[in-house]
Amino acid sequence: MSVIFLLIPLSILFAVAFLFAFIWSVRSGQYEDTTTPSMRVLLDEKLAAKPAPTTDNSPNSKLK
Amino acid sequence: MVFELLAENGLTDFYQLAERPGIRVAQSADGGHFAFLDEPAVRTRLVDFSDAKLTRVTFHLPAIHCIACVWLLENLFRLKPGIGQSQVNFARKEAAIAFDPARVKLSAVAALLAKLGYDPELKFADLDARPANPAARRLWLQLGVAGFAFGNAMFFAITGYFGLDAFTGPQLKVFIGWLNLLLALPVVVFSAADYYRSAWVSLRQRLLNIDVPIAAGIVAIFAQSVWEVASGRGEGYFDSLCGLIFFLLCGKLFQQKTYDRLAFDRDYKSFFPLSITRVGSSRREEAPSKDSALHTPHSALETRVSLSQLAVGDRLLLRNGELIPADAKLLAGPALIDYSFVTGESEPVAKQPGDYLYAGGRQMGGAIEVETVKPVSQSYLTSLWNQDAFRKDRAESFNALTNAYSQRFTKIILAVAVSAAVFWAFVNPAKSLPAFTAVLIVACPCALALAAPFALGSAQRVLGRRNVFLKNPFILETLARVDAIVFDKTGTLTAAGAGSVTWLGASQVARHSDVESGVVERAETCHATELDIGRSSYGPLTEAEERWLYSMTRHSTHPLAVRIGESIARQHFPEPVRSFLETTGCGMEGQVDGHEIWVGSAAWLESRGARLCAENQPQQGGTGERAAAGSATTAALRGSVVHVAVDGHYRGCFVLASALRADADALVARLSPNYELALLSGDNERERERFRALFGTGAHLQFNQSPLDKLGFIQRLQRDGKTVMMVGDGLNDAGALKQADVGVAVVESVSAFSPASDIIASAQMVPRLAEVLHYAKQSVATVRAAFLISTVYNTVGISIAASGNLSPVVCAILMPLSSVSVVAFACGMTAWLGRELRGGELRVERQPAAASQLSTFNPQLQKDLA
Repeated sequence: MSVIFLLIPLSILFAVAFLFAFIWSVRSGQYEDTTTPSMRVLLDEKLAAKPAPTTDNSPNSKLK
Repeated sequence: MVFELLAENGLTDFYQLAERPGIRVAQSADGGHFAFLDEPAVRTRLVDFSDAKLTRVTFHLPAIHCIACVWLLENLFRLKPGIGQSQVNFARKEAAIAFDPARVKLSAVAALLAKLGYDPELKFADLDARPANPAARRLWLQLGVAGFAFGNAMFFAITGYFGLDAFTGPQLKVFIGWLNLLLALPVVVFSAADYYRSAWVSLRQRLLNIDVPIAAGIVAIFAQSVWEVASGRGEGYFDSLCGLIFFLLCGKLFQQKTYDRLAFDRDYKSFFPLSITRVGSSRREEAPSKDSALHTPHSALETRVSLSQLAVGDRLLLRNGELIPADAKLLAGPALIDYSFVTGESEPVAKQPGDYLYAGGRQMGGAIEVETVKPVSQSYLTSLWNQDAFRKDRAESFNALTNAYSQRFTKIILAVAVSAAVFWAFVNPAKSLPAFTAVLIVACPCALALAAPFALGSAQRVLGRRNVFLKNPFILETLARVDAIVFDKTGTLTAAGAGSVTWLGASQVARHSDVESGVVERAETCHATELDIGRSSYGPLTEAEERWLYSMTRHSTHPLAVRIGESIARQHFPEPVRSFLETTGCGMEGQVDGHEIWVGSAAWLESRGARLCAENQPQQGGTGERAAAGSATTAALRGSVVHVAVDGHYRGCFVLASALRADADALVARLSPNYELALLSGDNERERERFRALFGTGAHLQFNQSPLDKLGFIQRLQRDGKTVMMVGDGLNDAGALKQADVGVAVVESVSAFSPASDIIASAQMVPRLAEVLHYAKQSVATVRAAFLISTVYNTVGISIAASGNLSPVVCAILMPLSSVSVVAFACGMTAWLGRELRGGELRVERQPAAASQLSTFNPQLQKDLA
């Protein structure tokens, strides 16, 4: 049963990874606009790919 | 033009995305229109970010209204090389556009948008630094950290509650204790930081707000738990602690509901444009003749300058629909100024050269030239913002309800904790300290703190779905205390553009021509009621004539023409109109079906040879004319008059009355027994009798009120100890809205401008104001009931704690249970009470802002001034 002393820290490690994913998503402004992305998925990308993204990918770099 | 631009760049998909993408080309912007954007002073304050390779700017584009807009604007880079990624925020109607400043100028970006039909809305206020919104992000992070710790700590703690450590020996308990301590540390330090700060601030002001017992409870639980873990006596209450903070933050997030597309703190700067056309260099030229200013192309001398550069003595060119930015003197052009936003006056006012024009008026008709007399901030209207009401922030009674309750609560808790400690000190000294902390832990007013945010926050959402938007949920507390209501007239009780349109045929005018004017008046009134709303049922207008008029009005965007067109629409198909000509300030003419139709003011028709009486009754000419004039005067008392002539023969006139909103009388009748009512209007007294009848004799009715008078009236009411709610629209009410305890701004369209206020309500909800007030009272009662429930929990919990028998399990069950039940009660109750508001048909506004702007920004036909 002592394996639990290994498993618990491991599980915490996984959870921490998700916590950081959440922190990243908040910081990159994903919680700021919840309307437009829902419309954007409906649009086709028939044309050529978007241009090489400019230096900053996030929509709200100014807020950082 | 737009199609060509799109087709060239392979973007024709645009037209398949939505059935009616509805791009409109309003005013094709000339290149120089946005030139002022390239001035360094304007540019640096407008862009979000800029370096040598990349500039990022956020434009507010009110025309965004459908999915195709999003698509087009995000494909902007295909239309112009040098433009990079663009991202649309649909809710805020904003587009963030990145571009290469070396290849594209800021003005070119703006011009491209304008060319596509998305005119960037550039307001004076944009020059002020935009407040970022890091507070919301911080709250999300705090909530995330707390939720993460709560989930894990609860998981681990359960092993202890169920005695699972029997399998592994006592090390597991110690291990989990330290693990939970580690998990709780960021929660206590980061997630709960705001509570310590708030408690500290409130203590320094010698107040006990709700955050004081919360902070004390958090610290007590944490200290007790750390001590237990460190001394190896137990595993502490970390799971309950994390859960508590998680719930509290949920409540905070819930109450922080904001409406992105609404701004509650706008002042005149958001109403005024960013730029203005300055003519020539003002001081060199001495008052030029009317003709040179208006008819010769002055483009060489015209410059777009930003409003902040405006100086006294500048000569400005104002085109149709443009705003007078500062008090000014009219130099050239017959001006027709719409002051409805400034004074509440419903009719545009004609001005002659030399007249003084107040800032905030809107020019309707042709271009005029004015010379500024005062700086922007010192003008008649804008000086309102120098009043005390705007300077000092009123002591916000945020969460007054909870704080009042927590004052008593905190004192009682401290008394119980101390007396428990003292009691155990004599009986069993070992239990003294644990009992003291246990009381603080249990009493930590989680449920209490959650009651108001959830009850009022959910009430705010209920109201938001009915198009009544609250600045913050705690406005409801004030709303429930309101005992005096002040209404503005224009745009609030009367609806703009929704009145009755009555046709008075020439034959009717002639028929009454031989009787006295008094009889004429009565006869007309009688017809007016008979023919209310729309077409005449007793109709001198034949089907064909209606069709002609309908075809004519379709070509004009003048508000009166639009209203007439709507009233006779029925099933007519518009016919082609030939040689259509609209003369600004006079009327329109055109040929339909071979007939020459003139629609416009009496003076204009007469100047074109149409007698204002029927030509086929020449023997009555003299009296007929007098009667027509008489009827026109009586009609003018009721509203605006538009005359019609067919083939040079006078046919009659349309009377367009401003109408009370539907159910306005029912609203007043419902409110008057319980509230002190008053009406303030900037308009003249012609409708005094009508409103006296509506409001009864007890109410104050004040006409010809300046914005300052309105502010003063509210102050007087407040000195009498009243809690005042002001219901108004327009900038002229801005002072009163700010001064009032609750300011309600009424808007026709949610995206329209509204002055600073606490509540923004859709005009459709005005008649149901009584229900909203009632609902506010019920919500506050719900909060009080929730307080009662949490008090019951606390009494139970504290009695266990004071007896010194609080175990972590009891704590872990009691705390979430009390929180969840209070939250469920608060939300459920307000939602259930709110179902009444759902009754009745309520159209949710879907009309794009563009459509409403189209009809208000391009008025070219003058109202009759007979």
